[in-house]
Amino acid sequence: MKAISKDSRLRYHCQLRQSAAERQADTHPLTWRLREDGARVGFEEYCAKEGYQSATHTLKERTPDNVIDTMKQANVRGRGGGGFSAGVKWGLTQVGDQLPRGYLICNADEMEPGTFKDRLLLEQLPHLLIESMIIAGYANRSYYGYIFLRGEYVEAASSVAMAIEEARQAGLLGSDIGGSGFDFDIALHTGAGRYICGEETALINSLEGKRANPRAKPPFPGQSGAWGKPTVVNNVETLCNVPSVMQHGADWHQGLSGRLSEDGGTKLYGVSGLVERPGLWELPIGTSGREILERAGGMRQGHTLKAWLPGGGSTGFLLPEHLDLPMDFDTIGQYGSRLGTGVIAVVSERQSIVSLLRNLEQFFARESCGWCTPCRDGLPWTVKILQALERGEGKPEYIEILEQHTIGLNSPRTFCAHAPGAMMPLESALKLFRAEFEAGIASTSLEGVS
Amino acid sequence: MATIHVDGKAYEVDGADNLLHACLSLGLDIPYFCWHPAMDSVGACRQCAVKQYKDKNDTQGKLVMSCMTASTDNSWISIDDEEAKTFRANVVEWLMTYHPHDCPVCEEGGHCHLQDVTVMTGHDRRRYDFRKRTHRNQYLGPFVAHEMNRCINCYRCVRFYNDYAGGTDLGVFGSNNNLYFGRHQEGVLESPFAGNLTEVCPTGVFTDQTHSDRYVRKWDMQFAPSVCHQCAVGCNISPGERYGEIRRIENRYHGELNRYFLCDRGRFGYGYVNRTDRPRQPEWRSEGRSEQADDAVALEVDPALDRGADLLRSARRVIGIGSPRASLESNHQLIKLVGRDNFSNGIVAAELACLERMAQLESSCGLPIPTVREVEAHDAVLVLGEDLMHSAARLALAVRQAVLARRDALAEARGIPTWNAEAVKTLAQDSKHPLFIAYPSTTELDEISAGSWQLAPADIARLGFAIAHIIDENAPAVTGLDETFATAAQAVAGQLMAAKRPLVISGGSLESTQVLDAAGSIARALSRRARRAGLMLIRREANSTGLTMLGGRPLEWALDEIVEGRADALVVLENDLYVRLPEARVEAALDTATALVVLDHQRTRTWQRARLGLAAASFTEADGTLVNLEGRAQRFYQVFDTSYIRPESRIHQSWRWLHALRISLIRGEDSTITLDQATEACAQDYPALADIVASSLSADYRVKGVKLARSPHRSSGRTSLRADIAVSEPRTSQDPDTPFTFSMEGYSGFDRPRKEVPFAWAPGWNSHQAWNKFTDEVGGHLRGGDPGVRLVAPRPGAYRYASDIPAAFEPQQDRWQLLVLPRLFGGEETSSRSAPIEERAELPTIGLSSADAARRGFEQGASLTLETETACLTLPLRCDQRLPSGIVSLPAGISSEFSSGDWARLEASGPDHKEARE
Repeated sequence: MKAISKDSRLRYHCQLRQSAAERQADTHPLTWRLREDGARVGFEEYCAKEGYQSATHTLKERTPDNVIDTMKQANVRGRGGGGFSAGVKWGLTQVGDQLPRGYLICNADEMEPGTFKDRLLLEQLPHLLIESMIIAGYANRSYYGYIFLRGEYVEAASSVAMAIEEARQAGLLGSDIGGSGFDFDIALHTGAGRYICGEETALINSLEGKRANPRAKPPFPGQSGAWGKPTVVNNVETLCNVPSVMQHGADWHQGLSGRLSEDGGTKLYGVSGLVERPGLWELPIGTSGREILERAGGMRQGHTLKAWLPGGGSTGFLLPEHLDLPMDFDTIGQYGSRLGTGVIAVVSERQSIVSLLRNLEQFFARESCGWCTPCRDGLPWTVKILQALERGEGKPEYIEILEQHTIGLNSPRTFCAHAPGAMMPLESALKLFRAEFEAGIASTSLEGVS
Repeated sequence: MATIHVDGKAYEVDGADNLLHACLSLGLDIPYFCWHPAMDSVGACRQCAVKQYKDKNDTQGKLVMSCMTASTDNSWISIDDEEAKTFRANVVEWLMTYHPHDCPVCEEGGHCHLQDVTVMTGHDRRRYDFRKRTHRNQYLGPFVAHEMNRCINCYRCVRFYNDYAGGTDLGVFGSNNNLYFGRHQEGVLESPFAGNLTEVCPTGVFTDQTHSDRYVRKWDMQFAPSVCHQCAVGCNISPGERYGEIRRIENRYHGELNRYFLCDRGRFGYGYVNRTDRPRQPEWRSEGRSEQADDAVALEVDPALDRGADLLRSARRVIGIGSPRASLESNHQLIKLVGRDNFSNGIVAAELACLERMAQLESSCGLPIPTVREVEAHDAVLVLGEDLMHSAARLALAVRQAVLARRDALAEARGIPTWNAEAVKTLAQDSKHPLFIAYPSTTELDEISAGSWQLAPADIARLGFAIAHIIDENAPAVTGLDETFATAAQAVAGQLMAAKRPLVISGGSLESTQVLDAAGSIARALSRRARRAGLMLIRREANSTGLTMLGGRPLEWALDEIVEGRADALVVLENDLYVRLPEARVEAALDTATALVVLDHQRTRTWQRARLGLAAASFTEADGTLVNLEGRAQRFYQVFDTSYIRPESRIHQSWRWLHALRISLIRGEDSTITLDQATEACAQDYPALADIVASSLSADYRVKGVKLARSPHRSSGRTSLRADIAVSEPRTSQDPDTPFTFSMEGYSGFDRPRKEVPFAWAPGWNSHQAWNKFTDEVGGHLRGGDPGVRLVAPRPGAYRYASDIPAAFEPQQDRWQLLVLPRLFGGEETSSRSAPIEERAELPTIGLSSADAARRGFEQGASLTLETETACLTLPLRCDQRLPSGIVSLPAGISSEFSSGDWARLEASGPDHKEARE
């Protein structure tokens, strides 16, 4: 296999592997505008593909409360991994004559291990996000929008920056958008590369120029967010659902998933790891892992599937037997994991679970903000134990200590969801692959106890 | 009020607090790290987890952080829950994975909150068997030592230093478990409150460097309830002694005054007490001034008293010079010795005029003096002519809290509990209560002010009068006010009138009675409008307020009486005349006087001139009463007996010396006197001071029939303290003056409320966090009552507006008006004699406005000579952008040859001069 750089490998992953023919406007609201050649959809092309019609129409015809109600009915659940209803979140934003208008923040700090779905939209279809933010900003009475973009997404940064400028030139951002009387503008903020900035309150702190420590909730950002003002933070993919919901209505959105799931709409699913064709697919939410894996061409030759992470490094392992489950928020949640970002990472029988976890926990330990004790000091301990097990130098009590960490670093013991997320793959692996951990215990120390 | 159920028991609490605060106030033990009563909750350390249930029937419950959970009515919680207990032990285990376990060599050991919490949670087995991360430490200046490896990352230091105290040079760097709390580079911590880090830090990262230099464990020290002598605020302190030396000063909780924090001058300025050159025996010098080596001979007590009595007996008239740094009792005994008509309080006339004006304002302008804590509750503050950070630092910290308190008001309005520290900060952003400052130079508080003006004293007064006139048109108007002034006055008056509790702060720093009159006029005007306004006036020295109440003539009068032949003998009490008046003036009097008796604990220039010097006790070896700027009489108690470790020393409290001298003089019988007798005598002679007797505990106070212990009960090595002197162990020193013993024998518990607590200790609570066991609620008041009594009450109605409004300040062409401005480090007489303060003090400079400097071609740092009729001084120039034109400033504590208001010339020093200096 020819050597490829890390970035080009990711580029290779970050492609939609569905033909234009398959992607129709009424079935693929997120991706139907994408070009076959993977190039960025510019302003004119976007407009030619019904772009900004939803926003202009919404600003003219709908009240903010009406937008929020429609979003609630459509039940668009947070695609960053939280699965919280965007409409409900918007409804909790404090508005009132006494209160200042606040901020809309797009969380584009996509850093979940194995996840590259937002990147596709940011690089190739930035105007969909801009249009979505105009509508969301209108609904939330925000006066300014920020796109908090992962710093390493260099191409996305230029793509989004260009789109903002194009929209501004067209009078779609700025004051009195399209004669609607609504003022709204967007700034692009590129992060400095911390996973925790994906946590919405840490993101806000980082945006304000402070340490990226999460904030205690309550008060929620909707009450006191960026610079103390009411603030809505939504994921890229979540926002990108907004224009089609406004255009076609809540029922249409619900209907997109058919009978596959209670959740409505489509989902950008993806696969990475040792499969034949890693990539992304927009499919009805609730599509099974097996179908997604088949679209990826199945496991690479010589490999069989041992386990899979359904939606990033902070979701629990599932087994091949779980492949037929519908990939939606509630179902996956019932099997000791989470849908997360919906981008699957496969684990081959030839890969060591302990090593994989060591890699993951090293990432999570490094990315701990250092605010609360269990996360800051517990994660490095698990890394050291996993390293010892990897070297075959473990002690018998290590497995118990790891198990205690899966409890001690779980909600509500930690300040935010970072450590609980980090514990999810560990907790499931300790249940599913215990023998691999036990194999890392040094034989000498076993003699000592028996 | 709310009812909370803790482990099945119902308690009544104030529902506005969080559960941790509420439970600690109830006397229940929940371990914590990141929470601090003065800084509230952030939920970082996760140490205070408890189980919370939905209702009575919920058996499942869930863990919550008690500091981040409201104590709402009908809460059901369990501290004793197994899951909660396990988790709390886990938290300590995690913290310990990187803690070096170096308690045996750690200065914090024995008064360490981390030790206490570790024991409290029961974590006692180490399972972590990997390497620990290490850090490099930083040099942070002469006050605070740094050992980052001990850090448990609770964030309290940066929260105190930056959020609470307004510092900017301490930060948290890095992330994950590689956090670093320190400066961006090595160097002196800039905040004058940096010393509080040693108490805010729950372990040994930030420790007292001055203590480190002469270290002993907390349990091996002797403590007494004491009062800081380094300024007029009168913070309560707890000095610790071992082997006849003060080892460190810690904060002593006072619910209305300093609460949890001290300034660095007070905490680290005690070194003068330990100086080896201190007079420890009476000294006798032969007649005539010895220009050569000091020919002083040491005397025993009786001969010293006899000779002293002889000196005074042979004098025609004896003048007594008291001191605002000595106790009421000592000053009163001096008055008794020389008579009221022959008593000077040792304060120079200009300062005394200000002090008397302040006393008059406070009793007549109709506004109460708030306590330091009450200052924090004022919602608009005007500071006229004071740089609080230098003249009353602890008060500056309180003013900062008053300004920031707007955060709480905003949070309350939005339903965010005020204890949710980060949320409150986020919501409020830069919102502040208005603070206005008029002062000749810039001040540290300017950056949180809504407006600051750099003005000459006369203009500060004019601004003040203008404000008063806007508030009440019956107050005289200021004529010829320019536009900017009028606008400023309007802005300030508007904010003061709009506030619920406006506060006016002024004082004697500029030695201007006009500024005080202006402040008084504003106070008077406000008293007619705002019901809860306040007036706070800053004095310079520990007992300036008390001495004003005792009365007496200014220092110049005393010297004139000698020089002009109306008297021929002087008795000087704890006062170095050379730091108060120009040398020539002092020398003239001392040369003329036939007898000079000096009582002091420092080898001052005045002491060196004494025929008879009587070795006085410093505040750590003496008892007495001071009156602070709140008008609060407070007792300070002797920490240790000097003669126990140094049997040769003949140090006595000044009031005891003076009483004995008087008895010798009148050939009386009984020369013994106790503190209670001295205090009562003073109270009897001065009706205004009648309450000082009740300000503290009398010698016969007992708890459970025993005296109070000065040492913790684990005190060790008592029998070997003097082993290097003699093998036989003398009887423990007796203390006839106070209810305290010089040992660990006696009561030292926390459950019996008492006003005076030498050191904070409660079972399981060895660190100063134990103060929470002594208060009625956490952050509240001592259960036995906060120490001291307030002596001054306002009598409304008697004040008349001052009509003497000064003309606007006119800069002169070739002369500058001199201002001697207070400075925290180096500007106070006794603390300046302490090495770390000397090290911390900035190099003195001459301050001049940048415009004036440019006009005269003086460059920053150039050597300038300041000249008056009688004196000259050469110092480097500091160009001050904001100083008004026509003013030259000099830091206090440099020279007594100059005083505020003098007119001076400035010349660039020639190269010869410069070389000579270098």
